[in-house]
This record gives sequence, structure tokens and C-alpha cells, in this order.
Amino acid sequence: MTQTSTVPHQWIADLLFKGLGELFQTASVIFFAPIFLGWVNLCRSCLQSRRPAGILQPYRDLLKLLRKEVVLATGASPLFRITPYIVFGSMGLAAALVPAVTTDLPFGPAADAIALVGIFSLARIFMALSAMDIGTPFGDMGARREMMIAFLAEPATMMVLFTASLISRSTSLSTIAETLGGRHFTLYPSLVFATTSFFLIILAENSRLPIDNPSTHLELTMIHEAMLLEYSGRHLALMEWGSSIKLLLYFSILISFFLPWGISHESSFGGLLSGFAFLVLKLFILGTLLAILESTLAKLRLFRAPEFLAAAYLLAVIAFLSHFILEV
Amino acid sequence: MFFLLDRHKRYDCVLVQGLSWMIFSFSPLDLSLLAISFWFVLAILSLFLSRIHGFHLCRMFLPGTAGSILLTMSGFLGLDGSPQAKTIPLGLPGLPFHLRQDALSSFFLLIIGFVSLGISIFSSGYFKDDHHGKEIGFLLFQYHLFLISMTLVLLSSDSYLFLLSWESMAMTSYFLVVSDHEKDVVRQAGFLYLLLAHIGTLALFLSFGILSSGGGLQDFSGYAFEQMEKGQHSSLALTMAFFLAFFGFGAKAGILPLHIWLPEAHPVAPSPISALLSGVMLKVAIYGMVRVWFDLIGIHFLSWKWGMVVLAVGLFTALFGILFALTQNDLKRLLAYSSIDNIGIIVMGLGLSIIFFGTGHPVPGALGLIAALYHSLNHAVFKGLLFLGAGSILHASGETNLNRMGGLIRSMPQTAILYLVAILSISAIPPLNGFVSEWLTFQTALSVPLLETGGIRSMVALSAAGLALVSALTAMCFVKVYGIGFLGVPRTAPMPKRHESTIPERLGMLWLASGCLLLGCLPTIVVRYLETITISLTGGGLGKNANGAGWLWLVPQSARRASYSPIVFLAVIVVTTLLTFLVIRILFRRKTRTSASWNCGYPARTSRMQDTADSFSQPIRHFFSPVYKMTRHLPLPTDEKPIFFVEIDDQSWFLFYRPIQKIVEKMSALAGKLQTGKISVYLTYSFLTLLFLLFLVKSP
Repeated sequence: MTQTSTVPHQWIADLLFKGLGELFQTASVIFFAPIFLGWVNLCRSCLQSRRPAGILQPYRDLLKLLRKEVVLATGASPLFRITPYIVFGSMGLAAALVPAVTTDLPFGPAADAIALVGIFSLARIFMALSAMDIGTPFGDMGARREMMIAFLAEPATMMVLFTASLISRSTSLSTIAETLGGRHFTLYPSLVFATTSFFLIILAENSRLPIDNPSTHLELTMIHEAMLLEYSGRHLALMEWGSSIKLLLYFSILISFFLPWGISHESSFGGLLSGFAFLVLKLFILGTLLAILESTLAKLRLFRAPEFLAAAYLLAVIAFLSHFILEV
Repeated sequence: MFFLLDRHKRYDCVLVQGLSWMIFSFSPLDLSLLAISFWFVLAILSLFLSRIHGFHLCRMFLPGTAGSILLTMSGFLGLDGSPQAKTIPLGLPGLPFHLRQDALSSFFLLIIGFVSLGISIFSSGYFKDDHHGKEIGFLLFQYHLFLISMTLVLLSSDSYLFLLSWESMAMTSYFLVVSDHEKDVVRQAGFLYLLLAHIGTLALFLSFGILSSGGGLQDFSGYAFEQMEKGQHSSLALTMAFFLAFFGFGAKAGILPLHIWLPEAHPVAPSPISALLSGVMLKVAIYGMVRVWFDLIGIHFLSWKWGMVVLAVGLFTALFGILFALTQNDLKRLLAYSSIDNIGIIVMGLGLSIIFFGTGHPVPGALGLIAALYHSLNHAVFKGLLFLGAGSILHASGETNLNRMGGLIRSMPQTAILYLVAILSISAIPPLNGFVSEWLTFQTALSVPLLETGGIRSMVALSAAGLALVSALTAMCFVKVYGIGFLGVPRTAPMPKRHESTIPERLGMLWLASGCLLLGCLPTIVVRYLETITISLTGGGLGKNANGAGWLWLVPQSARRASYSPIVFLAVIVVTTLLTFLVIRILFRRKTRTSASWNCGYPARTSRMQDTADSFSQPIRHFFSPVYKMTRHLPLPTDEKPIFFVEIDDQSWFLFYRPIQKIVEKMSALAGKLQTGKISVYLTYSFLTLLFLLFLVKSP
């Protein structure tokens, strides 16, 4: 197990050597995030007997948006204009922290599981505020609903991460992934609860069915899309790209905590390559699963959403408690 | 500032050396006393100056900042230095006042100094001479006396001076709350505050009485804290002293169900006063808890069962506070409920600390105490800022009701930026200060595998779950405040005339906002100072593994367990954001055009279509409906002038206070029957009493 040094000058030296692995992981998460979305959409189209648009379609969409001019609503404040960059920046930071390809991340000690939840919260708060900035009813509606989902999803995420951190006696993301990946396969009841809970959270936090439908606009039930209604051009591209990174990151957390086999523990070339291959394989399987789930589920009524999330929160709390009762 | 004072010995500059020699040749206690006497002179002076016609009395807040600076310095120096004591031959004959400044009181002095500096600067631009007329002189007098009494509470080292200054603090703050005493509602709120303050003080009297009775002393010398620490008590006496102190200080701090004065008193007080009450005075009550529990009773006598009660009360207080904050539409009332929430979080930290100390785990115990103290400081800074901002909004737009606000970011952009810092801090967003203390509280709670019994473990685990819920609800609450108040378009029909806040107001807020940023980014330094407090109180700190990783990394227990570095965090997030901006700028440089909002293609849009504060919190009211007692009026489709309102009542009125009120009324009705108004009957009562007493004396 490699331990990142925390003495400042040594850390900076470490950073230069290990920077390669870190850079590879961050870049691959940021740039391959749209492919994952493309794969999910492709599977969905196939399942719904539609002709798929191809796995690279999200890139084409992003490029198209980036090349367009920005149409700002009158009276938009500077907050509205900087939010896309802040959202994308915080997703970039999160991509540098979540062990997806390798656990040997020099930025790892800078933020642990609790701070990771904080980063997502930062992005969410800015997104909700920017939606309320113009003063349109749809924006306010989206912000309100997003915060409604967050107030249960966020503590549930926290409890899931706490459960994992109790087993590894650490809240550092890399240490959790290493401990959970290094042990022999035993079915921990707490991890079963936590995984179930976290899967529900992924659906809710990334505005997937049955909470929100990512492929509809202009519906009174929309949540995430309602917040982005006033955005256009490069701003919208950044927001969409940020959401796809978030989806990939949530799946990476699921993989590295609950299906951690195959992740690289050092920054060697071979290690990174095999870690990347394992990640891609697992993501393809999970993406297919997500598409199947989304094609078979109907959207919940909006007021059932808190119940869905309360179930996720309670499952997470049960996971946390069952660790003491059954495992220690 | 942290660096400046931390390394004051290494200055090369002669001038600075000379200046620092002048300051540092004073002991911290001398500096505190200097600040007190300075404020006292200022208070008297302002009474006299108020007689002079045409004098700009509001400027008198500015010299008061010198006292705040002195107190801040004294706090800094006192944190590192050895405790100092003084006995002043004032008070009753044979019962002199004892003063003592140790690390704990220094830390709270620092809170008073730091926050009151910002508030005083703000006040000099906030209060207008023509508004309050002659009363501004009286306000200045009470304001400085209030600061003096809070300082004296922290410095006092015997129960006599402590209770004296405690009462003086209650009285002066009462006068400050009822500054606008012409209004009925203000006087009522003030009375409620005074009533609860005195019930609390009564409990404190009893608590100190129990503590001073130990050791079998024949004279009154047990009233000094030093004697109380040495005293021997039965466990029953200690339990009573512990919970009486919890009740007494809790009434001031606003724990459930003694919180009811907070949401009444804060909205009616002038905003800087609310900032002082909520930011600083509640922390003095927290100081009292820490002093009595961890010092006078002592950690060796703390039982984990008490900690469980404290933790549970803290959790319920926090949940209750934030749930009611979410449903308020008056900004200052909302902030008052949010103060209750934060006091709950602090008390949870104390409860965790007691549990860990009580079960023999001093390291997580110290961590819990540090988390609670850190959150006290953080809450003082950001809640001060939030209340000051509410004052600026009130002056700029004449509103405290969120339902009528909107679009303030366009008329007061600089205040809006400062307020954004405050809401991000209170929502516990890294890298700002609210996050660090919540992170430390979580780290304490995650030491739960150390505990042996299942019951305690589950309780601690549930408290972590509750804290996570509270912090997410806080984020929602303050998105509501900022989104409804500052963003969107104004909700009132004729566009109100608004202006940016005055320069002193903005400076005062800037001071507190930079405090939010500094405390968030330099947690290692703050935690190292806080560790000296736990060492002086309990003899133990965080252990040798903590903070071994240098100033860049906050490591509460060991590097493997958890670490956090807000500076690296901030640097990475700023770099990625700027990089994104530059790349987009260079590669995709396209025009930006302004046009009417898209709004799904609906052309008509009025400001009334926006969410109000009430509609934003509707999902919460729906989800937590058993918690609230709601009166709602929904308009019918046929209504000519549809109105919608929802009113939420504090359940504790109906659950706790009404029954008490009924009992008191019944008792007084019974007692009233004795009073007939005839002198012969009264004489018979006296005669019977006399007979009874004689019987008591006679019987062996």
C-alpha cells in the first residue's frame, strides 16, 4: 500500500512523479464522461426499438453548443455567468479525488469523503442559485425541486460513505478503496444495504428515472432541465458536460467502494492501463444495467420522490447501524 | 493576522518590534482590563455627548473598535500563555472579585473582540442620528456596557462576579433588544427574553450553590472557582449541578425547549444588536457550559450518560431549529431559528466529547471539544455577517420579509458578494469555515468503533446521520434566503427604490467575511490553538499523530484516517475553473447576446410568478408535516381577490408553555381563595402560623 506523504515539500515532489497517474485519471474521467452517457443512451435506444444515435453523439452535441453564441437573459447577474465555470471546475476537482482508475492520487489527502459531498453540494448550490437568478417560474421550480431531492440524497450519500469508512477506519477515499479492494470476498450485510442505497442515490442525484427524466424538456415535472432552461451556448455545454462527469463519478464511487476489484494501487504504466480497462468494463456493464432499469421504470410522481429518497436514507442509516450490530 | 501574531518574535522591522514590545509587555489580562476600562469611559462619554446638539454620535461606535482590537490581541496572547489571575478588592467585604484569564476564556474573548470589531464598524454606518434621536446615546451606553459585561463573565473566576456580570449582561442586552420600545410587540419580546434569562439564572444560582458546597468549608470561600474544582461531591450532587448548568446556560443559548425567546427577540432588535446577541452572547452561554462541565466538575467526573442526554438534546435542537428556519419568511426570524440549529450542533459536539471522555477515550473527547469550540467561533463570524447583512437589506429596501424581496444583487452588488460568502459558510461548503467545524464533528462521531456498548454506539451513529440531514437542510434554507432575497426580480409591485449599503457597513461585513475565509483556509493553525485549550482543561490533546503533517494538512487523528487541506482544495478548484474559462475563451470565442428570457417560450412573465419564501419551502412543509402546526388559507377558484397564506406556529408553545401557564393559573386561583381582603382572616392566618411554628420548635 503506497501512502501519500503529507510533508509539504515532499508532497510537492511526490506530486511531480505521481502527477502522471493523477493527470491520466482526471483527464480520462473528464473526457470519457460523455462516452458513458452515449453508451447509456445507445442501450436505451436499442431497448426501446429506436435507431441509436451512436455512442459519440454527446460529443457532437457538446461541440455544437460550444460553437454557438450565448444568449443571455436580460438582467442576468455575474453569478449566472460564472456558475457554469464553477460547476465544471468543481467537477474537475471531484474527478481528481475519486479513485476511478488508480487509488494512488496525490490530491487524495486534500479532501476526504465528507469534502467530496461538500464539492457536489457546492456545485449544486451554485446551480440552484443561477436558476433563480433570472426570476423565471421554471427556474425557481427547478431549484426548489433540486434542493428538495438534495436534502435527503446528500445525507444518504454521507451515510453510505460513512459505512464504507467504518470498515476501513478511514474517511480518505483512496484508503477506503484500497481496504475494500484488498480484502477477501465476504458479503458484508452493511455493504449490501449501502450499495442498494447508493444505487437509489445515483438515480436521484443524476436526475435519472424514476425521479427525473433526462430526455424531456418542457414538462411541468422536470427538475434538472428546468434549472438549465436559461442557459445556452458554451455555458450550457459546460453544465451538460459537468452533469455527465457527475454521473460517471457517482458510478466510479460505486465501483471503487463496492465492486473494487481490479483498480490500480500504484501509478505504473501497466497498473494504470489495467485499472482503466477494468473501469471501462465495469462501466459498460453498469451502463447497460442503468439503461435496462430506465426503460422498465415509470417516472414517479413528484411527491413520491421524497419517499423514494427517504428509503435510500433509511437504508444508508441501517447499513451504518448494521455494521455495529452484525459485523464488529 | 494569525501569522502576524504567531511569529511576532521574528520581526526584523524596528518599528514593528517597538510597537509589538509595547503591546506584548502587557499581560493578556491587563489588555482585557484595558479594553474594559476603555469601553467604560466610552459608554459614560457617549451619555454626556448625547446632550450636545449636532454631534454625530454614531461615529462613537468607531473608537469602540480600539477596545475590540485590544480584546482580540489579549485573546491571541492568552491562548498560548499561562493562565493569569488577579484578585480585586471590590464587591462585598471579605468576598473579593477573582479574575482569571486562561486559554478557554481567552478563546471566547477572541470571539467577542473579533466579531464586535466588525459589528462596531458596521454600526457606525448603520444607525442614523435623525432616526433614533437622543436615544442613540443611551444605545451606545448600553452597547458598551453589554460588551463589558460579556468580557467580565469570561474573566470572572468566582460565582459571585460571574453571576453579577451574567445578570448585567442580561439587563443590558434587554435594554438593547427593546431599543424600539414604542412598539407593543417589541416590549412583549423583551419581557419574554427577560423572563427566560432569569429562570436560567435561577438554575445557575443553584448549580453554583451545589458546586460551592463541597469540601465542608465553614465560610464563603467556596464561591471561588478554584475551590469548586477541588471540592468533593456525591455523584447525585454532581448530576444535579451538571443539569442545572445545562438548563441555566441552555436558556441563554437557546436549546430546546428554552429557545422561544430567540425568534421573538432577534427580529425586533436592531440588526447589529441581533448580530451581537446571536453571534457573541449565545457563545458566552456555551462558554459557561464548557467552564462548568469540563473545568469545575472536571472531566474525570463526567459520565457518558450525561453526554447521551446532551447529545440527544443537541440533535433535537439542531433539527428543530433548521426545520423551523426553513419555513420562515421573515429574514431575521429565520436567522434566529438558524442560530438555534447551530447551537444544537455545538451542543452535539460537547455531548460527543462528554461521551468519549466519560468512556475513557480522551483523544476523540478532545476532538469533540475542539469541534464544538471551532463551531462556536465560526458561527459567531458567519451569523454576525448574516445579521448585519439583514440590517443592510432592511435599510436599503425597507424589508425583512423575504416574500417581498428579490433582485437585491442588482442594487447592492457588493453586499451580495459578502452575503454569498456567509451563506456558503453556514451551508458548510468547503473551503469556507462552516465546513471545517462540521467536518471535525463528523470525525469525532466516526470514532464510534472505540465505544464498547451497542446503545452508545447506535446513539452516536444516529447523531452523525442527524447531523448530515441538518447540514443538507441548512443548504436548502440558505439557497432559499439568497435565491429569494438577492436573485430574481423584486416581488413588490412598484419597483422600490434601493441603494447599496454605506461604506462602514460594507467594511464591517468585509471584516467578518474575510474571517469566514481565513478560518476556513487555515484550520491547522486554529486547531493548534484550540488544542492548547483542551490541554489546559483536560491535560490531553489530540495525540502525537495529529497535525504531524505540517500546516498544510488538517489531520485530527492520523494521516491514514482522515485529512483535509482547504488551501490545496481551493487552489485546485480555482485553477480548474480558470483553466476551463481560458480554454473556452481561446478555443470557442463566440459572441454573447442579450435577449429576453426564454422561459419555455411563455411570453408573459410577472414578478409574482416567482417562488416566494413560502412556496420554496413547500416540499419541506409537505414532507415534515407532522412537525408543524399550520394554519393555511387556500383561495378558491371563484375568489375575486385570491390570497394565500400559511402560518406556522412553534409547537413548543403548545407542548410546554401552555400547560405550565395553565398550572400556574390554577395554582394562583387556589391561592386567591385564601385572600379574602378581611383583616381578621389575615390575623387568623398569622396566629395559626405562629402556633405551627411554636409547635415545630417545641417538638424535639
